[in-house]
Amino acid sequence: MNRRVVVTGMGAVTPVGIGVDAFWTSLKAGKCGIDKITRFDPSNARSTLSGEVLDFDPLVYQEVKDASHTDRSGQFALAAAQEAVDQSGVVGTVEPLRAAVYIGSGVGGFESTEINCFKLFEKGPRRVSPFFIPMMIANMPAGSVAIKYGFRGQATPAVTACASGTNAIGEALRAIRHGYADVVIAGGTEAPITEVGVAGFNAMKALSTAENPNEASLPFDKRRGGFVIAEGAGILVLEEYERAKSRGANILCELVGYGTTCDAYHMTAPMPDGSIAAQAVVQALQEANYQVGERVYVNAHGTGTSLNDVMETNALKVAFGEDEARKLVVSSTKSATGHMLGAAGAVEAIACILALRDKVAPPTVNLLEPDPECDLDYAPCVKREAEFDLAVSNSFGFGGHNACVALRPCV
Amino acid sequence: MDTFQLVSLALAKRLGLSASEITPETDLMELGIDSLDAAELLMDLEDKLGVEIEASKTIKTVKDIVSEIEAAVNQ
Repeated sequence: MNRRVVVTGMGAVTPVGIGVDAFWTSLKAGKCGIDKITRFDPSNARSTLSGEVLDFDPLVYQEVKDASHTDRSGQFALAAAQEAVDQSGVVGTVEPLRAAVYIGSGVGGFESTEINCFKLFEKGPRRVSPFFIPMMIANMPAGSVAIKYGFRGQATPAVTACASGTNAIGEALRAIRHGYADVVIAGGTEAPITEVGVAGFNAMKALSTAENPNEASLPFDKRRGGFVIAEGAGILVLEEYERAKSRGANILCELVGYGTTCDAYHMTAPMPDGSIAAQAVVQALQEANYQVGERVYVNAHGTGTSLNDVMETNALKVAFGEDEARKLVVSSTKSATGHMLGAAGAVEAIACILALRDKVAPPTVNLLEPDPECDLDYAPCVKREAEFDLAVSNSFGFGGHNACVALRPCV
Repeated sequence: MDTFQLVSLALAKRLGLSASEITPETDLMELGIDSLDAAELLMDLEDKLGVEIEASKTIKTVKDIVSEIEAAVNQ
């Protein structure tokens, strides 16, 4: 069975806007969502900047009691899912056992874990919440969304660090394509801006320690010094094409390819030549029936770490060939949002869908001093008006996880 | 404040209800309070009252929570 899969709903909770419209308007305008950390007092932290979702009110999406028993990462997932599901109009059209939920998270309930560790140390084990475990486990956003919509097919997370969102969408594509589900709510969520989270990534020297928000998340720029931690969620409603068409759904685009590989090289460092990451891209391009000469937008993983950006540039040259790679329009929207870890790939897939729809690639903001080793077209600073035949979104995660999805306008 | 008032106020706050909607006979399941909620509620009240409450039997109604607390306080 090899069925076509389309997107019929999108939802986004991001540092540059809550809701897909606000998010996209900000991205196109080159707005940077990075600022001083307010989730905790960062005065002892080496990195003091992050991409926070400001003005998020979980009570817009959940009852008081439910919200207080849902980690911030789950709250984001429910909010983004509501936007996507409402747009799709899918509820009530699908048999519950044919409806699945694939939502990834790199870590799960970071904040719930930290709060309960503090309770344990300060007050002892009797004060650890009975909701600690359900709030912390990384599969709960998928479980909570399944409960909300009564989706009774497979509910499963992808936990592949910063590739989680892309792996979730890719696995959902396979589930529908091969007949295991007809509809999947798919995406990623993350809320890692906690004292221990920032300290942990700092200890790895993974985070930028810049103090100026416009000089912190600098993908492909020679001044780059690490990523900026961020939070958010991105959710898609994916459907089998014929059913979406027959129910008159508004089809936003077609999900045409997925590739995934593992470097099997090092716990955290990517394989420097990008050769295995390139194979994930190649797999997605093959499934997408990519032809040389097509106009392609690449939403890069583009974290702004010294290792990633050179590796990814190499990977794109390997996957497309040097000549075609130079014709790509590549951008890293992490320059604007920071790095939403397990949510990043899902939010960036939404950027790809909108780039296809509106014929515009969002820019890599603040890219002023290109790294000579990163020598592709990264759409620096201003959006690029251009029509694309294909959009590709890359995500790479600690553990060596490489994932890539490819999307086309639905014709 | 007696123990019932303490419990009904804590439940009302948790549920976004008025405390006047809660009586000793109110069924916890009908309020949407499951065993995890009840455990968390008792934990909060332990902090307020400075006693350790061991829920020894299945708690079904608001009155059951009150009697657990009163048993702990009188020990």
